[in-house]
Amino acid sequence: MTDLTNLTLTEALDGLSQKKFSAVELTKAYIAKMEANRKLNAYVLETPEKALEIAQTADKNYQNGTNRALEGIPLGIKDLFCTKGIRTTACSRIIDNFVPPYESTVTQKLLDAGASFLGKLNLDEFAMGGSNETSHFGAVINPWSKQTPLVAGGSSGGSAAAVAAKMCAAATGTDTGGSIRQPAAFCGITGIKPTYGRCSRYGIVAFASSLDQAGPMGKNVRDCAKLLTVMSGFDKKDSTSANRAVPDFEKVLGLGVKGLKIGIPAEYRPDGLNQEISKAWDNAAQILKENGAEIVPISLPHTKYALPVYYIIAPAEASSNLARYDGVRYGERVEGEHLNDLYVNTRTAGFGKEVKRRIMIGTYVLSAGYYDAYYLKAQKVRRLIKQDFEESFKKCDLILTPTSPVEAFPIGDKTMQENPINMYLNDVFTVSVNLAGLPALSLPAGLSANELPLGMQLIGRAFDEETIFKAAQTLEENIGFKGI
Amino acid sequence: MAQYLIETPQGKWEIVCGLEIHCQIISKSKIFSGASASFGDDANEDVSFIDAGMPGMLPSLNEQCVHQAVKTALGLNATVNKRSVFSRKNYFYADLPQGYQITQYEYPIMGKGKISIDLEDGTEKEIGITRMHIEQDAGKSIHDLNPKKSYIDLNRSGVGLMEIVSEPDFRSPAEAGAYLRKLRSIVRYLGTCNGNMDEGSMRCDASVSVRPYGSSELRPRAEIKNVNSVKFVMQAIESEAKRQVEIYESGGTVRQQTCRFDPITGKTKFLRSKENANEYRYFPEPDLPPLILTDEYIESIRAEMVELPDAKKKRYIEQLGLTAYDAAVLCENKETAEFFEKAARGQDAKKVANWLMGDFFAMLNAKHLTIEQSPISPEQLGKLVGLITSNAISGKTAKDVFAIMSEKGGDPEQIVEQNGWKQVTDSSAIEAVVDAVLTSAPDNVAAYKAGKTNLLGWFVGQVMKQSKGTANPVIVNELLKKKLG
Amino acid sequence: MAVDDQTVREIAELAHLKIDEGKLSETKEEFNKILAWVEQLNEVNTENIEPLSSVHETALICRPDEVTDGNLKEAVLQNAPATEFGYFTVPKVVE
Repeated sequence: MTDLTNLTLTEALDGLSQKKFSAVELTKAYIAKMEANRKLNAYVLETPEKALEIAQTADKNYQNGTNRALEGIPLGIKDLFCTKGIRTTACSRIIDNFVPPYESTVTQKLLDAGASFLGKLNLDEFAMGGSNETSHFGAVINPWSKQTPLVAGGSSGGSAAAVAAKMCAAATGTDTGGSIRQPAAFCGITGIKPTYGRCSRYGIVAFASSLDQAGPMGKNVRDCAKLLTVMSGFDKKDSTSANRAVPDFEKVLGLGVKGLKIGIPAEYRPDGLNQEISKAWDNAAQILKENGAEIVPISLPHTKYALPVYYIIAPAEASSNLARYDGVRYGERVEGEHLNDLYVNTRTAGFGKEVKRRIMIGTYVLSAGYYDAYYLKAQKVRRLIKQDFEESFKKCDLILTPTSPVEAFPIGDKTMQENPINMYLNDVFTVSVNLAGLPALSLPAGLSANELPLGMQLIGRAFDEETIFKAAQTLEENIGFKGI
Repeated sequence: MAQYLIETPQGKWEIVCGLEIHCQIISKSKIFSGASASFGDDANEDVSFIDAGMPGMLPSLNEQCVHQAVKTALGLNATVNKRSVFSRKNYFYADLPQGYQITQYEYPIMGKGKISIDLEDGTEKEIGITRMHIEQDAGKSIHDLNPKKSYIDLNRSGVGLMEIVSEPDFRSPAEAGAYLRKLRSIVRYLGTCNGNMDEGSMRCDASVSVRPYGSSELRPRAEIKNVNSVKFVMQAIESEAKRQVEIYESGGTVRQQTCRFDPITGKTKFLRSKENANEYRYFPEPDLPPLILTDEYIESIRAEMVELPDAKKKRYIEQLGLTAYDAAVLCENKETAEFFEKAARGQDAKKVANWLMGDFFAMLNAKHLTIEQSPISPEQLGKLVGLITSNAISGKTAKDVFAIMSEKGGDPEQIVEQNGWKQVTDSSAIEAVVDAVLTSAPDNVAAYKAGKTNLLGWFVGQVMKQSKGTANPVIVNELLKKKLG
Repeated sequence: MAVDDQTVREIAELAHLKIDEGKLSETKEEFNKILAWVEQLNEVNTENIEPLSSVHETALICRPDEVTDGNLKEAVLQNAPATEFGYFTVPKVVE
């Protein structure tokens, strides 16, 4: 029998329906891969028994013909999603013992569709990072690494690596400034950050509430479309979730790009942009053109300010969101004589360096006397960034850009470690989308000279993931990227 | 109203005081979660994962809390802001699970309003209200159960509050007291807050400063936190003002500060200076979009408004002929006003008011009863007054009937009937008794006719005695005078 | 707006984090680098621009006033580092 983990999620579902193999067999194959690839450090918690239990139910459902949308599909879950009765840590020491008595809305929807969870996936601590190196459980190794271990990207590094190494059929991720798209690009898989409000944030450990969005990470465009259809939807428990109908995203696949206008923003091609990335971008544009799309130059003039805006707003919200980790109601308490000592000891020991740095920045930009100069200013520029997109979408239907200005770099890279800003700069192509609340997908667009994946990003109008999926499907078919 | 001033040999000082009142919103569930907002349950029973600030939990706004806030705003003659924004107020405290309080800061749900307060001399004063915002309550820390630990109960965490901020319009402790009573009366009428200060459902912060009389400057103020009765608020303002006057007169300066009132010493106690006050880092709550209210929504709430104490008072004075004082007393408490209106239905309202504020209140006081616990129903009290008005019983008999109603309850008509107390107003029946008395005492009749007219009282007494007190004394007097010529 | 040692101490205090005195200047320098970098926003003219805090600017949807939650005492307390008699406990707070 062929290795079942080579099948896409869609192919696996077909195989299960046609009873070519059982959900238990499929699950066991993934468990074997998960165990064989432990050196990648993708999982921080494995739950194979639970997955097998669900697989058995799934097989019964296939027998009875009561199988659901994702019946028996083994998924990996980013350890930022609270899972009932299963330890959820955000990869932080401060809650490394936390067992949620509740399930996040997104994971509940996946469970309700018949999916199983193989375990919890590694991420940057509280999703703050672009290389998965800030995780309390250590960095994830990119499966494309040769001699030197490379980063898998971040923050959803565990998710990207697990999908790329076939340690799960697909995974959930979250994206605050590029945390789905950038690791997807680094690991040669597909991932979409949907429109802000498309997926409920209920039960997802919050980093920056106005930017965080969950999304799927999968082997191809169709798998992502299928998963996003299940994950999306209005949730009265999340007041920022959008009260609008969810289309079946898979339906648009294959409709092609004929007549679509694809915007190419000048500001995304700065002097000194990596030649290979530049070439891959041109190639992608060419493919879309050859398939009947029109390429239009556009301008997003405030692009260069997106990173500074992001690095004010995200830490500001984070500094407040992370105030609840105080050692009183859950988490790792470090005792102190007085209550204040308990707080300070717990938080100082529990948070890692990057998280503390962002809490400090966030605290500062919100404090009296600095609020207007930093936070309010950033909120104003955020509006300008959103308006840039609104203007551009009068001229085009989609925007095509590279996902990241760099390919996967070595773990512990000196330039990145020396100056946090160097790390922050890797998000340059992804953060604007979060600031504007737009949907964007990253898919593999080829390999670099180092034989590392390069990602291409498609940005759509708010709540128009369908157009993104259409074009992504065209690119995928024509690029013919081969995974590991 | 006489000017309230603090007078010392060195000069006259005026108080400048404003109040911030936290009113707990009456609702079944909490403002941002579906846990019960009820009072007095076991520790941590009424707590959802949202109220406990668990990771990934998000607030969702309770419609009823918005409704109650709008209703209150209309009752305070205030502007309802059609767009309001929730903000986070960030600080660490053991009973603040999220590490921030969700409140409203720059854009509250209610703008400027005003209410009039009733002063002791019967005059009114208008007090400006700056704003009201809605927010969540914190939990409770219990410090006295263990010598080394504090205990945290999150039942109150997330209960909805309205914070009503007044202008610094109070010039005396009495004005502040009258405002508190008026505000309590209004929210109780509206059913938006139960106003029970002893349970903490209404809490008061007073900010107090003083200035030389005649000056219009604003000096540094002390904020007295969490005072829990009207009496204590008045005491706290007075003692804090006097403390500040002493400092100024001895050449010192008053620092902006936060303090606490100690009911045992009757004095304020320094807590912290404003310089090292909390830095709250307010910013818009990213988990909640702005709250938008439509005109239709606001109007639908306006349509269900009840008559408020001021309107009621005006009506009592103008339509029922009550004095301003009586009207104010009867209107302060919604239950009293309801009782009064039921009792006065079809009766002489002024007489009902007199009975209510006299014998009836005295009876409740003596028995330590609230008006809802009264052994006498409003209809029964009304009937009693009706019996007096129609001369069916005398005022004196009424007191006896009232005493029985207070002790055993019962219908006044039946009590009169059973005791044969019904006043005889039939003059032919009375005439028979009069004739009998006159016939039986010819000497006294002769003496009277000879000029000893003070014997009239004796004749009346005899008639009343023979009629067992039921004869109408007015008719008795008339008949005797006529017959004795 | 570069910060000094004292400001870094104050921010840490507000955030309830401890910074070793030995690490103070390193933290400060890093902090100032980031501040200097984000201050490029000053180049942008934001006159008459409303700050954006809610990206889709939809109105808030309220929930009906029903008791649908709570009575979860055990689950609420189960992750707590210290409890007694159904309360969370912390070192005694002196007012």
